[in-house]
Amino acid sequence: GSGGFRKRKHDNFPHGQRREEKENVNPSSALMTSFKSFQLELDTRHDKYERLVKLSRDITIESKRTIFLLHRFTSAPNGEEIINESEVKLDAVRRKIKQVAQELIGEDMYQFHRAISPGLQEYVEAVSFQYFIKTRSLISVEEINKQLIFTAEDREETTNTTSNSHDKLPHTWSLKVTPVDYLLGVADLTGELMRLCISSVGNGDIDTPFELSQFLRQIYDGFTFIGNTGPYEVSKKLYTLKQSLAKVENACYTLKVRGSEIPKHMLADVFSTKTELIDQEEGL
Amino acid sequence: VPKKCQKAREHFGTVRTQLESLKTKFPTDQYYRFHEHWRFVLQRLVFLAAFVVFLESETLVTREAVAEILGIEADRERGFHLDIEDYLSGVLTLASELARLAVNSVTAGDYSRPLRISTFINELDSGFRLLNLKNDSLRKRYDGLKYDVKKIEEVVYDLSIRGLNKEAAGGAGGEK
Repeated sequence: GSGGFRKRKHDNFPHGQRREEKENVNPSSALMTSFKSFQLELDTRHDKYERLVKLSRDITIESKRTIFLLHRFTSAPNGEEIINESEVKLDAVRRKIKQVAQELIGEDMYQFHRAISPGLQEYVEAVSFQYFIKTRSLISVEEINKQLIFTAEDREETTNTTSNSHDKLPHTWSLKVTPVDYLLGVADLTGELMRLCISSVGNGDIDTPFELSQFLRQIYDGFTFIGNTGPYEVSKKLYTLKQSLAKVENACYTLKVRGSEIPKHMLADVFSTKTELIDQEEGL
Repeated sequence: VPKKCQKAREHFGTVRTQLESLKTKFPTDQYYRFHEHWRFVLQRLVFLAAFVVFLESETLVTREAVAEILGIEADRERGFHLDIEDYLSGVLTLASELARLAVNSVTAGDYSRPLRISTFINELDSGFRLLNLKNDSLRKRYDGLKYDVKKIEEVVYDLSIRGLNKEAAGGAGGEK
């Protein structure tokens, strides 16, 4: 009876029927045509996203290398070389950012934000690190974005972009780093500054740690002002920032404490470079 | 059925007014910054619009038609728009609802509707097979489509082995 039939429910029959029905689907029906266009639209969107992810990775790598380079900076003669080399590297990063800006023309930046955010944060970290070494201050987000306004370099570039042949003005592209990406980049910067503090003590630079301590404290104050009102990622980085600040403050403490155990000019002997030694002797 | 569809269309008027108001709450070029806020609602609305249209004409509502029903744009360039992935998500929800409708149609004695639903679903499935999806929420929802297809197949199979589909093609075919 029907019980027997029920057992065969999952047999060949439904599948055979299905194959037959699928052959009956008209490949150029309105529905199929619109799905073909959906395919194209989705593929285009995904491809662009992937291109941006690749650019973001390149930006991250080159920014990280710039940071490593800047760690090698000391006030020794090759310091200026290092600064110049870092500028060359950062220009290369900015060229990649220009490509990002070009990809994003006519697009809503927020649709692709997750693709490029990590790279931009790393860039902020690198450029603010360089700025601190040069000026002992924090670069502003406006200053960063000023450097991210690009114009077409040469005629070849202009003719390759739009078809507007009457346009005599250079094409400009710009990328605005969002306040959140800026904050996250600065938060990461504090980690590098902490490393700078420790390594500068090893180099005999006993002024930098105290400068850094004060600088980091200001940044920390800024972040506590934001507190928990920012996005989750900011709060997470605030925790790490607190630890970095503590490490720097402990280093300063150690210098201060050991400084009183060793006579000042001996301390200079132990820590300083030749030039600082001469200054100390003149002071005495 | 036609009367219910008419009533449903009237409800969309209220929806249109509210979407109009939503449009004004944020800068127009930052749609994707706040997209998550209304994403679920839009997907639901797409499903509802698609359902009404299917009951009226047994065709798939187009993106443009949904946009019109909701009083929004179809393209991003023109303002507050319907994202393609939200449209597709809504359509997939329709598939699940149609599987349910097929089952209940049989229970109500309508033996022809499931057959028409089956044709529609198979075409929809073929359409979705063309898409290259990433492993996101849309992909997960698409994975559910095959279960809807299977369920409707089973309904059709049940009808055909009992000869009920022939009865439906013959004449009466159930009233709604």
